[in-house]
Amino acid sequence: MLRFIVRRLLQAVLALFILSVLLFAWLRSLPGGPVAALLGERGTPESAAALRAQLGLDQPLPVQYFRFVERAVQGDFGISNGVFRGQPAMEVFLQRLPATIELSVVAMVIALSLAIPLGYIAARRRGGPLDTGSVVFSLIGVAVPVFFLAYVLKYVFAVQLGWLPPSGRQTVGIGATHITNFYVLDGIITREWDAAWDAFRHLILPALALSSIPFAVVFRITRAAVIDVMDEDYVRTARAKGLTAGTIRGRHVMRNALIPVITIIGLQIGALLAGAVLTEKVFAFQGIGQALAIGFELRDYPVLQVLIMMAALIYIVVNLLVDIAYAVIDPRVRTK
Amino acid sequence: MTDKHTEPEAQPTQEPDSAEGHRPRSYGQWRKDRIDRLAESGSIADEDGVSLWQSAWRRLRRDPVFLVGAGIIAVFVVVAIIAPFIAPHDPTRAIPELRAQITPSTPIPPAQPGHLLGGDNAGRDLFSRLLVGSRQTLIVGVLATLGGLTGGMVLGTLAGGIGGWVDSAVMRIVDVMLSIPSLLMAFSIAALFARPSQWTVILAIAIIQIPIFARLLRGSMLSQRHSDHVLAARALGVKPTPIVFRHMLPNSVGPVIVQGTLVLAIAIIDAAALSFLGLGNPDDTVPEWGQMLGKAQTFFNTYPHIAVYPALCIIVVALGFTLMGESLREALDPKSRR
Repeated sequence: MLRFIVRRLLQAVLALFILSVLLFAWLRSLPGGPVAALLGERGTPESAAALRAQLGLDQPLPVQYFRFVERAVQGDFGISNGVFRGQPAMEVFLQRLPATIELSVVAMVIALSLAIPLGYIAARRRGGPLDTGSVVFSLIGVAVPVFFLAYVLKYVFAVQLGWLPPSGRQTVGIGATHITNFYVLDGIITREWDAAWDAFRHLILPALALSSIPFAVVFRITRAAVIDVMDEDYVRTARAKGLTAGTIRGRHVMRNALIPVITIIGLQIGALLAGAVLTEKVFAFQGIGQALAIGFELRDYPVLQVLIMMAALIYIVVNLLVDIAYAVIDPRVRTK
Repeated sequence: MTDKHTEPEAQPTQEPDSAEGHRPRSYGQWRKDRIDRLAESGSIADEDGVSLWQSAWRRLRRDPVFLVGAGIIAVFVVVAIIAPFIAPHDPTRAIPELRAQITPSTPIPPAQPGHLLGGDNAGRDLFSRLLVGSRQTLIVGVLATLGGLTGGMVLGTLAGGIGGWVDSAVMRIVDVMLSIPSLLMAFSIAALFARPSQWTVILAIAIIQIPIFARLLRGSMLSQRHSDHVLAARALGVKPTPIVFRHMLPNSVGPVIVQGTLVLAIAIIDAAALSFLGLGNPDDTVPEWGQMLGKAQTFFNTYPHIAVYPALCIIVVALGFTLMGESLREALDPKSRR
């Protein structure tokens, strides 16, 4: 067990190293180099030279790389030069992270509560009209650009029908107290129920649009897993024993079919984050996705750098934790 | 569009004779599994001597999913070829009569006789732009896919053909790339260019496909390394290089075609996402659907139709490629032939 964890840790360290080299290379190849990226349009030759010396860009490459890693470890990615001008890039990330987590969680809940039952039913009636229908539906879901779906939802439910708010995280001037920056949670903690409800209403449309990404994946995995499990001997045995349909479904089929589904769920973070860039832009939802969208538009490289680095870091750490968790649960994994 | 569906799907089958079934599937691991499974398909002949392609074609001919997908793509390709000849107006220039209708209060000329769908915000004929846009969309999709395939083929052949430390080194890098969300990587690559163009869009989308094709080809090579035809060639004294290029690569065509078809859909959708973020080609003289959709965002709440038409075109074509790719994958997968 210990050997497995150590080996897996070493792999993660290697991944981090490759990632840092990629990010360093990315930073070096920015138009005009990091100096122009940091100075923006305000740069003069003198200030550029000063900044070069200050950043150590006159040093040899390996030295520069170690400086870069050193600063990254300290969370120092520079000061934003875009809309968040003057704010440390790391602060922009930390401030906005709760919003995106909140959005992703709601999107995931929507996707799961639709995709798992639908996947099960489609698998049980394989080849039937419901199966064909939902498979085609999930394929269409793949083909629709997320941001277009977001615009359609916004146009229909916010602009035309006026049922839900078209943008933002909370109605301005509602006077909500913010503690954790998870607005719904804040409303519950402070018992400002109307503030919590208002924040939740702001979440629905962007979360619906975003949920189309995990929906397609979870639906297909569930369907395939249920089809596989139904063929297993233990299901036939359970049926032969005369167990009720409900017991077979709950204890034997779903319990086993959900194993691959669960592993996918925790790790759709990356796909959700890329989708959040597009969705949050449409709904002017102040999360890290919107910060990335603004960053790409204005070429705010310090902000982009920290957001991409943190996204990849979270990714690698979550991957690591999931693998270790599985090794704890399933001893066969360790020997592999 | 994102990682929804870029790779072939590994059925979460639980092989009874291995511990693979319950292997942890972290996201990167999951993507790897899906690619590996596809890599193993496509090189095995049926017992009754019918070649894989023959039996696949037999199935495809009667598969409505494939026929619908192929039909959509056939129409799309034909339109892309003949569009400049059938377009009623020049899509690159403002039509004076449409231009004259643009005022601050009505920035988009409405549909009218002679202009089926009206004009865009520069007074160009929308219908003609959609028709001709198919051509540029096809070019972006095909070039991005071919670019990713070429890069992946070089890496995959190196890794699978040479093996050893080259294999380990290439695959470590490929695996790290696979664990980064691909669309996010496309955004980051596109942001590297001070002046975005159609070419930077193609390049960004091509690069994110490289690790997928590389892993696919390597897997396919490894699964053939000990197969009979390679052993036979080796016994006959064929040198390693011709074995890789004449005997192994041709057998990887099946998985590559499946993946390529799916990637075409993704490329077209991703190009739209890049345009939407302002990372696409800023020069919209020559129309392309993704760009038309991306640039229509400012009018979505007031004149949704100028976004909806290119979006529908993208959705239908992406669906066509996806349907085709999915049915091809199933037809080439020996396991699904039960």
